[in-house]
Amino acid sequence: MNTTVARLTVRGLLGRRRGLLLLVVPALLLIISVIAANTDGDKHDLTVKILGQLSLGTLVPILGLVVGTGAIATEIDDGSIVYLLSKPLPRRLIITTKLAVAVAVTWAFAAVPTFVAGLILYGTKDDLALAFTVGTLVSGAAYSALFLLLGVVTRHAVVAGLAYALVWESLVGNFVKGARTLSVQQWGLSVAEAVAGEGAITADVALGVAVPLLVVVTVAATVLASVKLAGLTLAAED
Amino acid sequence: MGTITIDKVSRWFGNVVAVNDVSMTIGPGVTGLLGPNGAGKSTLIHMMSGFLAPSAGAVTLDGTRIWRNQEVYRQIGLVPERESMYDFLTGREFVLANAELHGLADPGAATDRALGLVEMAYAQDRRTGTYSKGMKQRVKMASALVHEPAVLLLDEPFNGMDPRQRLQLMELLRRFGADGRTVLFSSHILEEVEQLARHIEVVVAGRHAASGDFRRIRRLMTDRPHRYLVRSSDDRRLAAALIADGSTAGIELDRQEKALRVQAVNFQGFTTLLPKVAREAGIRLYTVSPADESLESVFSYLVSS
Repeated sequence: MNTTVARLTVRGLLGRRRGLLLLVVPALLLIISVIAANTDGDKHDLTVKILGQLSLGTLVPILGLVVGTGAIATEIDDGSIVYLLSKPLPRRLIITTKLAVAVAVTWAFAAVPTFVAGLILYGTKDDLALAFTVGTLVSGAAYSALFLLLGVVTRHAVVAGLAYALVWESLVGNFVKGARTLSVQQWGLSVAEAVAGEGAITADVALGVAVPLLVVVTVAATVLASVKLAGLTLAAED
Repeated sequence: MGTITIDKVSRWFGNVVAVNDVSMTIGPGVTGLLGPNGAGKSTLIHMMSGFLAPSAGAVTLDGTRIWRNQEVYRQIGLVPERESMYDFLTGREFVLANAELHGLADPGAATDRALGLVEMAYAQDRRTGTYSKGMKQRVKMASALVHEPAVLLLDEPFNGMDPRQRLQLMELLRRFGADGRTVLFSSHILEEVEQLARHIEVVVAGRHAASGDFRRIRRLMTDRPHRYLVRSSDDRRLAAALIADGSTAGIELDRQEKALRVQAVNFQGFTTLLPKVAREAGIRLYTVSPADESLESVFSYLVSS
């Protein structure tokens, strides 16, 4: 961790309009939860639907995308990354610091609201709130690392990230069962299943597959991002 | 100390060759990197500052490779051409962040010193986003100087500056050069370069066109063959009289323009010849205008010489 890099990243992320944008999505989740909590019907199903699809399936990838790319892609795009890179700092340190900030922000804006929404919807029964919170924590970390990497390797990080989250995870994952094995969202769900009470949540990917994949993806993305940052080329403008 | 060596360096992007087999050594003092837009100046500076790998050859600082070697930044200060610089920070916060990133022992004192050098202390608490172009340039300078580097690289530092800011910056760079630091700046304006740099490196279309003292390069540039468009009271007679002299290489009678197109061998010879010949023959000159004063034509002559 480098405190200066962290400070610059936090201010870049939460300053300006992006800070507000980050608040909108969790606020929506909480509003929907309050409305849903006051309706009749099977609360268990409703909670699993809202926390599984809205929170784990939408809120976490969107926040991961906004935060993960915002933590570095913005600086690479506008060229201000030069001021970090023209220093005797190990590139690994820049990446791990930015990742730590991205993960913390994703957790604050995704995992915390998920826990609160869970409590509003279903209390502490079956450990549903806790389970989905843990699910958002692990998938939030993996998304942050993945989208941070995208921010380093491509100028179109947001588009590439959206393509992955929307097209692959949501669309393809919905219809092709095999695709779910390679889905951060499903890995998070698998972890949530393990935390929750017996039979409270059903996941398609086994825990023994999900956890190693989560770890491998997060670590590999971080290492690759460090390597790519060390060889970052500035586009010649003339 | 503080010598950048570019040894047989080429850089290509796909099929486009941006820098073609360039070798130069940049040592202490102020050096101007001169060339028209698109000549490869930025590409060279990016390679010297470690933000681009040479496709062939080597770029080194005091013998150590620059690419993928973050330790060189203890010696190098870089002032990039682009303006973005965390515009949510104040000038002081920005320079301080740079000092901290360098791991300086007393970043606060280094920041105050650097801001004082560029005379920006008065605006240090304003956000950099509110700065004028010249102020941004000076704060960028302060951030590059905060660790007192031996080498200072500046990419088109005078772009968009007003004359007063230009003079201030020149004065500052001159002082650094006099201190024994290596200062390299790029520009596409000859007058800018010769005001500041004793030593000039000229690049044109990716090639190293000329190198050396600015006076020699200035002479090369003014002594090149010139083209003129001449209108007079009797074009044909004037043409006949001009071609008789050795300083005229060719003349064409342009009927549409109703003028002469003259190719002169050298600048000085022709500019004294023309009025003399006209006066002796009793011909009045209406128009004498240089036909190819574009920078590109000046530079392309340098390449061929």
